[in-house]
Amino acid sequence: MINSTDVLWGQTLLYTAYVLVMVSVIAWFAYSITKEGKTSTVSKAFFWSFFALLVVVGFSLHLVTYNTIPWVKQDLHRGDTVADQQFDILVEDHEFVLPAEEMIVNCNELIMFDVTSNDLTYGFGLFRDNNSMVMQMQVVPGHRNDILWKFEENESLTIRSTEYSGPEGFQMIVPNAVTVVGCS
Amino acid sequence: MTTNTAPTSSSGASFFKTLINGNEGGLKAGGLTPAQKLSLRFVVIGLIYFGFAAIEGMVMRIYQIEIISFIGVEQYFGILTAHPLVGIFGSSYMIVFGAFLFVVPFMMKKPLWSLKVGQASFLLIAIGTFTFWFSGFLSHYAALYTLYWPLPVDFDQFSALGGSFFILGIALVMVGTLLFVLNVFKSIMYTPEGWEKQPAGALLSSALGFTGFANLFRKEKKEHLVPLPVAAVARGTVDVALNALIITFSGVLILVYMVWHLAGVNLADTAIDALLYKNWYWWGLDLVADGLVLIFVAGTWYLLAMLITGKKLFMQNIARAALAVELIVSWTVWSHHLLSDQAQPAFLKIVSGELVTAFELITQGLAIFITLATLWMARPLKMTNELKFLLGGLLGFGLAVPAGIMQADMGLNRILHNTQWIIGPHVHVAILVGLGMTLYAAIYALWPLLTNGVKLYSQWMATVHFWGTLVGGIGMGAFMGMAGLQGMLRRTIYLEGEFEPYMWLAGISGALILIGFVFFMINIIMSVGLKGLLGIFTKSKLDTKDLVPAD
Repeated sequence: MINSTDVLWGQTLLYTAYVLVMVSVIAWFAYSITKEGKTSTVSKAFFWSFFALLVVVGFSLHLVTYNTIPWVKQDLHRGDTVADQQFDILVEDHEFVLPAEEMIVNCNELIMFDVTSNDLTYGFGLFRDNNSMVMQMQVVPGHRNDILWKFEENESLTIRSTEYSGPEGFQMIVPNAVTVVGCS
Repeated sequence: MTTNTAPTSSSGASFFKTLINGNEGGLKAGGLTPAQKLSLRFVVIGLIYFGFAAIEGMVMRIYQIEIISFIGVEQYFGILTAHPLVGIFGSSYMIVFGAFLFVVPFMMKKPLWSLKVGQASFLLIAIGTFTFWFSGFLSHYAALYTLYWPLPVDFDQFSALGGSFFILGIALVMVGTLLFVLNVFKSIMYTPEGWEKQPAGALLSSALGFTGFANLFRKEKKEHLVPLPVAAVARGTVDVALNALIITFSGVLILVYMVWHLAGVNLADTAIDALLYKNWYWWGLDLVADGLVLIFVAGTWYLLAMLITGKKLFMQNIARAALAVELIVSWTVWSHHLLSDQAQPAFLKIVSGELVTAFELITQGLAIFITLATLWMARPLKMTNELKFLLGGLLGFGLAVPAGIMQADMGLNRILHNTQWIIGPHVHVAILVGLGMTLYAAIYALWPLLTNGVKLYSQWMATVHFWGTLVGGIGMGAFMGMAGLQGMLRRTIYLEGEFEPYMWLAGISGALILIGFVFFMINIIMSVGLKGLLGIFTKSKLDTKDLVPAD
């Protein structure tokens, strides 16, 4: 099963390759443009082919991620899904008020985090020990902020606010707040 | 058009003599027209504010490596709040407005509609920027440029008085901005004294793209009355106006809460729906990032390509159509900023956030292609400063736009939102490399026209500036991006050195940008001389509405 680390590795490889190609093309162009060339025309067919490539790339990205990243469908259909376990979390005065000191979740179950803000706009993010992100969402006051997630590795996760809420906000960290158990 | 470059300093002149008088006599301010002086004032103050933003940026880069003991956390977030606003309004707006108040009448072959209104714009934006920067510096008002409700009216954290001056400064900038909008459209439409009556409606229709749209359904096509770069300026200026109205409206709302608080009455912040506010504010804010910047930049690329090659633009009509599409896209694209807001309707996330945003890859990709094709068809070209900075600008957007498209995806946004990825490879590469280098290209291209042919002091300094900006900008974005992919958030502080190696590398890259900018400023000052520089701010001795001196 794909997790955020896998997705981000894929993105890193893809984007790095793209950057290298783009830099090389511009460098070659900058060199060539100062030289006399055999031909100085650009065909319309080339232009329209490039246009078609942009259209395909621009829209296919979302189709690919919809079908390969597991949390996209899960998120879009969360209103029709019954969670195996739900945690109601409150945020107020730059503090997370958790239902338990340690929230223990079972591997491969659908977990709902329902986070309510009583004052400001915050963020709710889960992070691994190496600081990499598992997922995040915004926490907007006056609205329901819920996210469904399935965990597939035994690990202890830290909650961190992922949105600026004033100078005190950067200290909104609850270490080892979520513990995943039961993965083989 | 080529720049006037000298290999080294003027023959036999001492450093200080050149510093005072400029290169080979420097800028003769007495020979500048009021229009030239107006544009140069905008550009000079815009560059000074870029220096402000660059220094603030470096302070924050260092802070991410090691906490600076004499800068408190409140001060740090005050800097974080002021930094993008100074960069956008104080620097980018000033340089762009100064250039366009010259380019629009120049291309329309008539004088600027009103020098007085132009001067009022200049003063309001310059003073307004200093007002919000200084009030933020003193009061540590730090609600960020996003101003997520109800943070801007959280008086437990921020001073209402300091905040009032902050908002007042923004309001002054917005009034100055609206005057710029007025001046641009009037300059396109008006009839100068003694001229045959101009078809104001037809000119406006051509500028906004209605003529081009109607041509799709006409057998006999009407010709475009407005040159393509002017059409780009006009369409981008529509977004400037809409953005100014939204920011002014939000500012007035915040100011009402502040004034009541100062009067001893606390209005309930729950009266405003935080998500609705976030939607309208991002709708307006995105008219800058995903609207006017892209449209203005595309227009500037087209102008530069035509000036550099002296030829018509490749696929001109498609370029016009793409500008019109970009304008409509900019009105419907805001929801990609709310992909992580769970209460945001899924329909808006998919249609506005993902699908409409994908159009930006298409419009910007076409703009890059058209510009490169125009240059290619005119080769061989001399690698002048304006050409190399133009290529740098194209590369910047070529890297930053796809980075933005990736984060505007529901799957990827879940693990990228508010990380350093957003602000590094997307925002800073777009602004510093894409926009910044495009503006420098425009400055080099307009330099002979605006200064009456002052010769550049040093080409090697211009080269250092080029490589410092290009390598530093891309490097900083890349290292911030790498940290973001490892989970590093933006708008926060890490106390345990979690991402220190990346931050060192990003800091060194940032220093390269700053070094490049310092060399650029030295080069400019040595070229025009301090006398010439100060002379820009004195009243013109030429009583003319012409853009350049008659002789």
